[in-house]
Amino acid sequence: MSLYGYIFVMALTTYLIRVLPLTLFRKPIRSRFLRSFLYYVPYACLTAMTVPAIFFTTENWISGAAALAVGIGLAYCGKSLLTVALSCSAAVLVLEKILTVLE
Amino acid sequence: MNFKEYRCGVQRGLPVGLGYFSVSFGFGAMAVAQGVDVWAATLISGSNLTSAGQFAGLTLIVAAAGLWEMVLTMLVINSRYALMSLALSQRMGERIGLLPRLAVAFFNTDEIFALAMSRQEPLTVPFLMGLGTLPFFGWTGGTLCGALAGSVLPGDMGSALGVMLYGMFIAIVVPPAKKQKPVLAAVALAMVCSCIVRLLPALDRISIVLCTVAAAGVCAALFPIPEEEESV
Repeated sequence: MSLYGYIFVMALTTYLIRVLPLTLFRKPIRSRFLRSFLYYVPYACLTAMTVPAIFFTTENWISGAAALAVGIGLAYCGKSLLTVALSCSAAVLVLEKILTVLE
Repeated sequence: MNFKEYRCGVQRGLPVGLGYFSVSFGFGAMAVAQGVDVWAATLISGSNLTSAGQFAGLTLIVAAAGLWEMVLTMLVINSRYALMSLALSQRMGERIGLLPRLAVAFFNTDEIFALAMSRQEPLTVPFLMGLGTLPFFGWTGGTLCGALAGSVLPGDMGSALGVMLYGMFIAIVVPPAKKQKPVLAAVALAMVCSCIVRLLPALDRISIVLCTVAAAGVCAALFPIPEEEESV
């Protein structure tokens, strides 16, 4: 499978999910279970993507853990998306510098 | 083409466009860090226009996963868009034809959807297209800049930029998890499931799908959301 083949399949699947309910299947979803399921999907999927992957992305798992802690702390205090994202990034930079010096 | 409506949409989309630019910067940096070239990274953003789905797709590309794993992952992660498109479709009404719908569907991201639904006046095609314009260029342009930055910066800077994407996910998940116990339960379940699956290399490539379906499924059964009003 070539890189561009993957990208095509990704884009097509994503577009079909968006376009079909706007064109062909326009009936509202009655099933309460299905609507609840779709409601929880983003939270479950974003979490599954972040943990434990965040520990393995950075040079050292400690800086990944720090980014996670900083992110959760700031988001809990209601800081904006950009502040949280940049602070996570800064936490990694600072900790990786410190860890290099300690080595 | 009603230019006034288009301009109104563009103005509404400006803050989202700026936000997308900064976040997709992280996606671009992460993509090149994983070995995808600058143009392919930009093409992914320009053709998909979705954060979580692209990110999961990138992981699968790097893992050289099968086609069906890719389709399945996109279907599960992006399933929420079907719900948004249904709601948007009802809001748009019958007078908007097929061709504009084909175009509007492409721009139906979480944020653009929220802006469209919050509009008091009736939705028009120029407005919706205007709404999508700056977020599209912000998302694609941010990816391009992030990918370029990621390819020239030293390794540790690159990994710090990549973490921005996780930061964004955390910022999306934590506030509702703080307010709603069922969301917190879904988050905790997904976390536990994802750590367990990590120990089983055979399931690695469908791990996100597996954990998403398990956590969202259990929570949908235990904590069904309240019956909604007809208007949504």
